[in-house]
Amino acid sequence: MKKPAFLLAATLALFGCATTTSGQSTDSASAARARTAATAFDPDPFPSTYRRYPGSPTVIQGATIYDGEGGQIDNGMVYFADGEIQAIGETLDVPDGATIVDGTGLWVTPGIIDIHSHLGNYPSPSVAAHQDGNEATGPNTANVWTEHSVWPQDPGFSRALANGGVTTLNILPGSANLFGGRSVTLRNVPSRTMQGMKFPGAPYGLKMACGENPKRVYGSRNQTPRSRMANIAVARQAWIDAQRYQHQWENYRENGGTRPARNLRNETLAGVMNGDILVHNHCYRADEMANMIDMAEEFGYSIASFQHAIEAYKIPDLLRENGICAAMWADWWGFKMEAYDTVFENVPMVHNAGACAIVHSDDDNQIQRLNQEAAKALADGRRAGIEISDAEAWQWLSLNPARALGIADQTGSLSAGKRADVVLWNGDPFSVYSRPQMVWIDGALLYDMNNPALRPISDFELGQPGEGSVR
Amino acid sequence: MKALLALLATLYFATPAAAQTVAITGGTVVIGDGADPVPGGTVVVRDGRIVAAGANVAVPAGAQIVDATGQWVTPGIVGGFTRLGLVEVGAVSSTNDSSAADSDFSAGLDVAPAINPLSAAIATNRTGGVTRAVVAPETANTIFGGQGAVIDLGADMDAVMRPRAFQFVELGERGAARAGGSRSASHASFRNALDQALIYARNPAAYGGQSSDSLLNRVDAAALVPVVQGRIPLVVHVEQARDILSVIALRTDYPRLNIILVGVSEGWTVAPQIAAAGIPVIASALNDLPAQFEQLAATQSNIGRMRDAGVQVAIGMIDDNDAHQIRYSTQYAGNLVALNNVPGATGLSWGEAFAAISSWPAEIMGLGNEIGSLRPGRRADIVIWDGDPLELSSNVDVMLIDGVQQPLTSRQTRLRDRYLSIDEQQLPQAFEW
Repeated sequence: MKKPAFLLAATLALFGCATTTSGQSTDSASAARARTAATAFDPDPFPSTYRRYPGSPTVIQGATIYDGEGGQIDNGMVYFADGEIQAIGETLDVPDGATIVDGTGLWVTPGIIDIHSHLGNYPSPSVAAHQDGNEATGPNTANVWTEHSVWPQDPGFSRALANGGVTTLNILPGSANLFGGRSVTLRNVPSRTMQGMKFPGAPYGLKMACGENPKRVYGSRNQTPRSRMANIAVARQAWIDAQRYQHQWENYRENGGTRPARNLRNETLAGVMNGDILVHNHCYRADEMANMIDMAEEFGYSIASFQHAIEAYKIPDLLRENGICAAMWADWWGFKMEAYDTVFENVPMVHNAGACAIVHSDDDNQIQRLNQEAAKALADGRRAGIEISDAEAWQWLSLNPARALGIADQTGSLSAGKRADVVLWNGDPFSVYSRPQMVWIDGALLYDMNNPALRPISDFELGQPGEGSVR
Repeated sequence: MKALLALLATLYFATPAAAQTVAITGGTVVIGDGADPVPGGTVVVRDGRIVAAGANVAVPAGAQIVDATGQWVTPGIVGGFTRLGLVEVGAVSSTNDSSAADSDFSAGLDVAPAINPLSAAIATNRTGGVTRAVVAPETANTIFGGQGAVIDLGADMDAVMRPRAFQFVELGERGAARAGGSRSASHASFRNALDQALIYARNPAAYGGQSSDSLLNRVDAAALVPVVQGRIPLVVHVEQARDILSVIALRTDYPRLNIILVGVSEGWTVAPQIAAAGIPVIASALNDLPAQFEQLAATQSNIGRMRDAGVQVAIGMIDDNDAHQIRYSTQYAGNLVALNNVPGATGLSWGEAFAAISSWPAEIMGLGNEIGSLRPGRRADIVIWDGDPLELSSNVDVMLIDGVQQPLTSRQTRLRDRYLSIDEQQLPQAFEW
């Protein structure tokens, strides 16, 4: 469980670091100008530099395949090359020169996508100097972008890859604020920079929060919000202000005149109302999710996902009707009042009602076992009479989070043309006895259980006790 | 749906098993002592105790037969280190009795009167197969947390099996912080407290615990007497190699200390020294991140490697949802089995992994003759599962504690049942109960 780290963070005085002016190349400068042309400012000033790593054309054969869209192929084949899934089926022609992986007795799935992670912004070790996930200095910090907190050397990234088969993850700001800031979607590849992990073309998200956390953080300082009613009031006022800002810019783009002053808070909120930025809304209670749905309707934006959604099982009809995914733990409960009504069948109950269910971690340990979390939820659902197949349940781990992150056209299932984000498991991935055997990201083999050289070690762990100790 | 749930709740044990001989037959029997499971075994229970369990056990004449064909029969899970029963809602301080930051007392605190047998956490963990738990207080403003207990999870008000079963102390990073800011300070506090306890023991009436230079009041001094005399265990939370060895070294000056280490993420790096000292360890199973600097060497292979080096080890949950999710124990044990297939990693055999959440923690707490296994004479804490108990898909069908069948419902199952079919309600959910 995350400690209330924002309390520490707020008391720390940071030393300014020496600024370095990177020699921006003509190419990137012209790229920035091109990006600026349409919108009057550069909407992507920290662009992805991620490039897929080299991979060889690969065929996995003889495996049980969950395609991530609910389909299962027994004794099937997957072929990927040039970073993309080329074909999937019972039998495929093996191209000349392709690497053959014998998947007999093994399972193949799309890589797991964790829609709720704090790797990088609350990294290990969890010392005060690393508490970068909550800018708890005001209830609206829609201006901050959590990508600027991400430390790529967090050892948690490699654990999530090697033990968890996680190939894509969404890093969210914390929930101290009503508007926590922008989230960032990352490829789970070791990199020297955040930009080197940034998922190309993935839309930004906005982390919002309802309930106990914002009102506790600000109420304890005798500031607003200190009640749930003020949570909503403060948020509505922010939307109203952002609407005015949005109109100023629309007027400027259409009619010219004086260029409005930029405001990073309102820029993010306007981006939400324009549909460019997806809302990921931390919310536990059913009644509060209903309030958030109404507020979204009032201001004409959509909620992509509710995060945690402990009581989603009470309102799956609302979620279904509004097209909102619920990202849930299998079974966390009891750590605070709004997490008191957990049921262990939350995920299957939401799925069974026809709404979009996601299994998320919000945790640097459980991100290593999201397949197991899904398996527990699946089993508890079956115990309660909810029959969902294994292959169908895999959507909770890949396609559904990809949908909520706006990247389902690129990843989340083993569909031809999508990124070759593939995990080969050494057994049934819903069994406690199984582990990732090989993990490919964009067709590049980045983890191999049987090859010690393919186990990444972060800078932080190099030269430390236990370095490379399999983990 | 309702019918299915009602069927599962049917009392297999028509009368309390306490005064009757019951034979559970046909199931895969796990003794819990580290041995492999026994297919088609029999477990015989009489007067709330195990009579016999295993492959070639005769069914006594007149015994009530419970057919467990296709099921697994195991001892109940023993939570090796928990805060179970002390916390209802973690962040609601009025329901959280795990620590006492404003108390004048520390080592003298006793969790026994704080255990709430009707806590939702106890009922919920019962549904996960947990029958007993080691319950420790948390520390607050000193290195000492107080006296922990061993409890059962039965649906009655008599939860505390052994009160004042051990003293809990922090001597790692947290201990340093509690003591004023350094490990030097935590060890000074610890040594002073034990020295004062020895003074107290020689003449309680003359003890100057009220004076400012003793730094230990009478209540706390009295509680540490059995600790320094080795009559109750001292459970020490440490993670780092240096802290482990510093704790072992305390026995030079306090030779009767009966030390149990908990946490111990870096134990594998000094496993021979731990084994040579004969100090048992209740370790976190899956910690593999350098969550703090004291855990740089953390690895999932920790328990397996310590076991291979001869350390007496069990699985505990310190600081890991330890008030609510002891039901993770089976999943954690299963992961240690899975680890055996990863080259270079070290896990446990299936039998060892199950023992690490049943008989091994019981033995470390000195209760191996009472709980944790299906060996003859043990309390009849029995769980009948619908499959391999370490597997994620398995669930509890029947549970006995002291031979008495336990309910497997909780707030959680009631909420589930209320909302399983929201579309068919004639009245609001509030009328569905």
